Amino acid sequence: MTRETAINLLLAALLLALPLIAAGMGEPFYVTLATRVVVLALAAVGLNLALGLGGLLSFGHAAFFGLGGYAAGILATHAFNAEPLFAGIPGTTSMPLIWLVAIAVAGLVALPIGAISLRTTGVYFIMITLAFAQMIYYFAISWPAYGGEDGLSIYVRNSFPGLNTAQPLPYFLICFVVLMAALLAFRLIEGSRFGSALQAARQNGVRLAAVGIPPFKVRLVAFVLSAMITGLAGALYADLNRFVGPSMLSWHMSGELMVLIILGGKGRLFGPVAGAMIFVCLEYVLGGITERWQFFLGLILLGIVLFARGGFLGLLSGKPRHV
Amino acid sequence: MSEPILEIRDLQKSFNALKATDGVSLDLKPGQIHALIGPNGAGKSTLIHQIAGSLKADSGTIRFLGQDIGGLDMAARARLGLARSFQISSLAQEFSALRNVMLAVQAKEGSSFRFFRQVTSDRSLIDPAMAMLERVGLAHRANAPAAELSHGERRQLEIAIALALQPKAFLFDEPMAGMGPEGSKQLTTFLDRLRHEAPMLLVEHDMDAVFALADRISVLVYGRIIASGTVDEIRRDPEVRRAYLGEAA
Ligand SMILES: Nc1ncnc2c1ncn2[C@@H]1O[C@H](COP(=O)(O)OP(=O)(O)O)[C@@H](O)[C@H]1O
Ligand SMILES: [Mg+2]
Repeated sequence: MTRETAINLLLAALLLALPLIAAGMGEPFYVTLATRVVVLALAAVGLNLALGLGGLLSFGHAAFFGLGGYAAGILATHAFNAEPLFAGIPGTTSMPLIWLVAIAVAGLVALPIGAISLRTTGVYFIMITLAFAQMIYYFAISWPAYGGEDGLSIYVRNSFPGLNTAQPLPYFLICFVVLMAALLAFRLIEGSRFGSALQAARQNGVRLAAVGIPPFKVRLVAFVLSAMITGLAGALYADLNRFVGPSMLSWHMSGELMVLIILGGKGRLFGPVAGAMIFVCLEYVLGGITERWQFFLGLILLGIVLFARGGFLGLLSGKPRHV
Repeated sequence: MSEPILEIRDLQKSFNALKATDGVSLDLKPGQIHALIGPNGAGKSTLIHQIAGSLKADSGTIRFLGQDIGGLDMAARARLGLARSFQISSLAQEFSALRNVMLAVQAKEGSSFRFFRQVTSDRSLIDPAMAMLERVGLAHRANAPAAELSHGERRQLEIAIALALQPKAFLFDEPMAGMGPEGSKQLTTFLDRLRHEAPMLLVEHDMDAVFALADRISVLVYGRIIASGTVDEIRRDPEVRRAYLGEAA
């Protein structure tokens, strides 16, 4: 077992144990805080596929996060009001169904966005993905049917067969299992033929094309998969807060997901998890002391970018080894 | 079997006012090594780029295996069977030498959209890739990241990658540059045997290697082919001696 694997297992154990202990001590607030870590980590796992493995600096992943959130909010609202969505199709409060819709919507929207954005690189790619996300953001604000600027409340958390999702701990466990499944998928993809092609596209797209693999197609598939995972996280986030609003779609959110990855370690399996743990801790601890906690977050980011490119995990476990 | 594999007609390419390719026509026939020589800046690499698809020609046609490939991108041309090496080596720097070749093996198999089976334990990728590294004499460096290879080793790796594609034609841009006399000699022997697998368009400065290997030589000066013929014809050509060989002879 490598040092990084040991650290990963430790992080996963910590992330599971803390809320169990908190629940045992009758402190549901900390369970909810841990769920926030898990859901943000999941969103960042999605981005990590594009950004970490593929080197695609998407500054628009809030779009997919928010779309997943709105999928959950809209389906739940229609089910709650017993109004069909369209053409007689009803809403639903079933999480598994909602997740499927969130994943599908995020993927379908990511396809044209990726197909257009991926024709550019570098700063232009960053700007185009940002522009698409902002378009969706303003659309959500100006569409009164689903709350416009005020967003949508989910009055009762959506349901999962056999579990009481209204309780913080079962909901945490659901999210935790989804995160672990996403991490497993990430690891498998990373080590697969597709993962090889994707990482080669990041390192040297010309080399990839020269052996006959089209970099554009590889990047597009990665972008869509990445959006699907982030979209799923959005649905979980909406259910966590029992609310979805345009802020989930805003560029702050896109930036936050990037920050999580840079904090934790770009391209590393547990980078998003470590990043989300640090981020939420800072937000909670420093945020309790000063409203300007993001100033300190900025200092930490600066330190990482200047002195520890591998992020937190890079600091602890050294350079990743490609074989 | 003397239909050309690669057939280039009246190719033109300008960079602003500079004509880098000025009406180039040439053929590459089965079993042939066709050497392309000429002074620095003559437009040899630019020509290779246009054939491989990393640069678009302004006009003219490139036919490969009877098909006009002018509209295809680099990846599509590679899949048709055009394998190239780069004058300035172009590798996946973080990957080991072996993974660089494995990438070519999976590309050849057309299987890059598989998401589960792990490549590091996939014998159907590792074994053929290892065999290619052995052929070029780089097996002992299989696990070294490409970024840590020496200049000469990177050249060898580029050739191993091209071999793994089992192409219908090779495009090699100065494969011997910086290899040293011993390395050049070995590579000359190696390329000599390789012509039986696929014909080769070979850009090379090492005239000993060119004269030893080439079935045909074309001389490029300022984007134009000023002479094309057998080794003896080129050696005797007065214009070539003046424009190019003069400085070396
Ligand atoms: N991308 C480019 N943009 C502008 N000029 C270029 C470019 N690539 C090559 N050139 C110019 O075209 C000419 C031919 O270059 P090149 O094909 O690299 O020559 P060779 O390989 O024969 O040494 C040179 O004058 C070079 O400066
Ligand atoms: Mg050149």
